[in-house]
Amino acid sequence: MATTPSVRRLSRFSRTERALHWVHASAFLVLLASGLCLYLPSLAELIGRRPLLKDIHVYTALAWLAALALVLLAGDRRRLLATAREIDSFDADDLAWLKRRRAPQGRFNAGQKINAIVTAALAVLFAVTGFFLWYGERNHAFRLQNALIVHDWLMYISFFLLLGHLYLSLIHPSTRHSLSAITRGWVREDWALRHHPKWVEQLRQRDVAR
Amino acid sequence: MQADQRHYGRRGFLLLVAGGLSSLAWAGPASRLLSPLTSAGSQLLGDLLPVGGWRIYTISGTMPLFDPSSWRLEIDGLVKHPHSLSYDELRALPKAEQISTFHCVTGWTVNNVHWAGVRFQQLFDLVQPLPSATAVRFVSAEHPYEDSLTLDQLRFPDAMLAYELGGEPLSRPHGAPARVVLPEMYGYKGVKWLTRMELVERQPEGYWEQNGYDQDAWVGRSNGYHS
Repeated sequence: MATTPSVRRLSRFSRTERALHWVHASAFLVLLASGLCLYLPSLAELIGRRPLLKDIHVYTALAWLAALALVLLAGDRRRLLATAREIDSFDADDLAWLKRRRAPQGRFNAGQKINAIVTAALAVLFAVTGFFLWYGERNHAFRLQNALIVHDWLMYISFFLLLGHLYLSLIHPSTRHSLSAITRGWVREDWALRHHPKWVEQLRQRDVAR
Repeated sequence: MQADQRHYGRRGFLLLVAGGLSSLAWAGPASRLLSPLTSAGSQLLGDLLPVGGWRIYTISGTMPLFDPSSWRLEIDGLVKHPHSLSYDELRALPKAEQISTFHCVTGWTVNNVHWAGVRFQQLFDLVQPLPSATAVRFVSAEHPYEDSLTLDQLRFPDAMLAYELGGEPLSRPHGAPARVVLPEMYGYKGVKWLTRMELVERQPEGYWEQNGYDQDAWVGRSNGYHS
């Protein structure tokens, strides 16, 4: 194979960040599939096996929480905290990007920040309402009349959020290279320059400082 | 960090979590308010989504299959004349109809459910309960599901052994060919896929009662709910 001009690869997501993403993603898909089998009458009739699916749903939720805790315990917490700070802070460019979509963006664009924030909130709300559904069946003092409805609403919201996320990461030509960041950890510098120029600039300054 | 950076992330997160948690208080009324809209949307999708509609709960691996030629409803126990009714014999009894609301103990509700079937008094007239009988134990073809209601409760004007839902014979997910309906109580008292009614002296504990649910499942005032 002919030598290709070497394209610089920029490390975008650490192992810990990727582990967190994939724990969350894989658990969500199992929870969504088993949850839909419990929720949709057509699937309930077709597949049946409700007690088994209920067990799969509940134990996957427990495994999800345990795996998240494990990543937090064993992973690079400083890096995660720094990432959380990045997602937390919105500057003038982020606000401009949300309005006009032209302003230069950092490692996360404003849309990705919002996606991360909404996903984290959904996770908390899923866990809380799910706990009440599970424990309320055993102890009626913990039975909340609306927990089921809220759990369903969360499913609809997260389902459409997931569709958008999958479109941008797998299909949309200009953004799908970002899949490389969450699988292999790196992105091409030329791509990063187009989508996340402020982040590239930061990395360069850090290189100069070294 | 630059001066123009704002902590919108944590604010947004906390607002979403707080809003979501508060919806535990208002989601029910809100969903009832929206239900004409959402259930119409769901019907457009061919009732694919159970919005404002039914969810199907089962306790075993597969739902019982109804065979009209072999199905029997046994009515026995403390009665003068035990009966074994075929599906045709059940349908030949005087038919009653009603529109009532169905409440599930897990928090969902279906309004304006059109049931048709027989009043329990018709069945009692056939079998003649003994004076010692106070309740009926309903046994489902879905083992080991069973539940019970008192004779007084079964004489409520809207208590029914239903074999039609929405003008159609009861479908498999809804408990074909016959299920118990008592709108004043949560749905777990309404045994689906009914095969046996045993008249008993003392009300036994059913499947969910053995799992800590109330024997009298009054809507809004049982199983931890207070209205």
